[in-house]
Amino acid sequence: MIRFEPRSNPGPLLVYGVPVLAATIAILLAAIPLALAGAPIIKAYGLMITGAFGSVFSTSEMLTRATPLILTGLAAAIAFRAKLWNIGAEGQLYMGAMAAVAVGSGVIDGPSWVMIPLVIIAGMIAGALMLIGPTLLKTRLGVDEVVTTLLLNFIVLLFVQMMLEGALKDPMSMGWPQSEPIIDSAVFPPLLERMRVHIGLIIALVSAIALAIFVKRTVWGFEIRAVGENAAAAKFSGISVTKTMILVAALSGGLAGLAGVSEVAGTRGYLATDLSPGYGYAGIVVAMLARLSPVGVIASALFVASVFVGADSMSRAIGVSSYLADLIVAMALLCVLIGGFLTRFKVHFDRKSAQG
Amino acid sequence: MEIIDILLAASFWEAAIRIATPLIFGVLGALICERAGVLNLGIEGIFTAGAMAGWMAVWLGAGLWGGVLVAALAGAFFGLIHAILTVPLGLSQHVSGIGVTLLATSLSYFTYRTALPDVSSPPRIEPFRPLDIPFLSDLPFIGQALFSQTAMTMLALVLVFVTGWVLYRTPLGLAIRAVGDNPSSVEAQGLSVYGLRIGAVVVGSSLMALGGAFLTMSAFDAFFFGMINGRGWVCIALTVFASWRPGKALIGALLFGAFDAFQVRLQTEVGAFLPSQVFLMMPYILSIIALIVVARKADYPKALLVPWFKGQR
Repeated sequence: MIRFEPRSNPGPLLVYGVPVLAATIAILLAAIPLALAGAPIIKAYGLMITGAFGSVFSTSEMLTRATPLILTGLAAAIAFRAKLWNIGAEGQLYMGAMAAVAVGSGVIDGPSWVMIPLVIIAGMIAGALMLIGPTLLKTRLGVDEVVTTLLLNFIVLLFVQMMLEGALKDPMSMGWPQSEPIIDSAVFPPLLERMRVHIGLIIALVSAIALAIFVKRTVWGFEIRAVGENAAAAKFSGISVTKTMILVAALSGGLAGLAGVSEVAGTRGYLATDLSPGYGYAGIVVAMLARLSPVGVIASALFVASVFVGADSMSRAIGVSSYLADLIVAMALLCVLIGGFLTRFKVHFDRKSAQG
Repeated sequence: MEIIDILLAASFWEAAIRIATPLIFGVLGALICERAGVLNLGIEGIFTAGAMAGWMAVWLGAGLWGGVLVAALAGAFFGLIHAILTVPLGLSQHVSGIGVTLLATSLSYFTYRTALPDVSSPPRIEPFRPLDIPFLSDLPFIGQALFSQTAMTMLALVLVFVTGWVLYRTPLGLAIRAVGDNPSSVEAQGLSVYGLRIGAVVVGSSLMALGGAFLTMSAFDAFFFGMINGRGWVCIALTVFASWRPGKALIGALLFGAFDAFQVRLQTEVGAFLPSQVFLMMPYILSIIALIVVARKADYPKALLVPWFKGQR
């Protein structure tokens, strides 16, 4: 007989050790698909590590990847804290990117200290609105936000495609569906010379710390936690659940929109339909690995980014499909879920005749 | 005038039923899971896994029905993962489902890429042929619209009746419905809540996988990346729209198929005036509208999303 007994107070070793263990197990499990693909396993792991950390260039690439993942991870973390199941970060990211392009590709010109905040604000508002819609449908009409946010991802991507063939099309792009480039004064400056990592990373780190303080130290943050833990009790104690949900939606959608701004103004320079290789969905994994802690999101985004960059580079070197990275990330999510269970419950293996 | 002509053409209804088929499999699968109290957001990935595994089996030399069986087993495997995480362990059904979707999708893509590393155009198989039933297939209108579909469409239609019969006419169905409404009452009857829920999720997931297999083995003859394209999520919306009833699921899927077939034909008529993306958005917008329409009176299974632990009263 297996019994589960709730733990009253899991120690710090368990709380911080379990996600690390889950990530390690996911990495080790990747040996199975590697072996089945007939790849040299040890060499593949070596290539993944050097691919992510081997040089200043590869580390810069890894940090460039981590930037949007921190932001979408924060978006998922704050929403899931309040049990607002926002699975639409991908769509919010694209809306944010599109708003940034709309104001940042030549319609308005000004110095950097005007243009950069402007594209950021435009993108965050666009992302926030994308989530406030489904949230209102949930609070007013009881429409499940999981399905609406998921479906909106597809609608937004088609909308972006349509705009890139229409109003936002770059006339100089020789028929490629892409937007005009972001003007120089709105481009996020790089942090290192001749490297791609840009100030988006600093913005993401500051966002994580600011969100942590907001959740821990402000009344609004307290209300968000209260609604997430027990909406009925929070309502009873006088917290407006609807208002809190909309605040969460604005924050979560805004952060996902900011990820889009950072990609378009920092990494890519223009908008195309392949701007994000699923950063919105990966953000869910990042948030879960971080146990929904904003500061933890930084660490788990670095982990997920190094898996992606490392696997990409390994894939180029020995020809193993780079979908291995997605596989590792998916396994990490399932492992951390099980790990979360083991933090909350003690498992007893009783002898068969345990009296009931 | 032209709209009437479109709606009266047998070829239009033929297309509508073809488009509806994967959705019928998907909605039936989703409603079996949800009736037992488990939301299965693994559906999008399970569609992908079914599409890939079924196609791959046939490409490797299995018969078409062998491929269907392989697809169903693949679905059952991912369903079992979701069931173990959400039923005895009681973990978040949302997060576990997303995890299963990510796992099933990446595993399918990885397997496909590893088996076929450098193909420029996807290899094809010999898919299910349209049926040619003596007499029935020659009937005017319905012969073309219904009886010239493939065997998998017929299987989907039969499964609607089988699911309805099991859910409403058998003790097993009663137990499945009860376990999604009031699991403790099922426990009190001496039945296993875990067993019923895990079984429902596994069976439901293998039906979802058949929806994917239909795409690669009947509607098309090859596997493409991204070919599921949100069909799984549409099924989750249609399940609510169908108020968790197999008969209504069939009607919902057919309405959806008819609308989709209609917009494709409309596109060729008025396509010049509107960007093609407007038409491509329609299925997703329609799903959201369907959800909004039924939201007020949606009668969710009472224990949906609520974990239940042994010994709990």
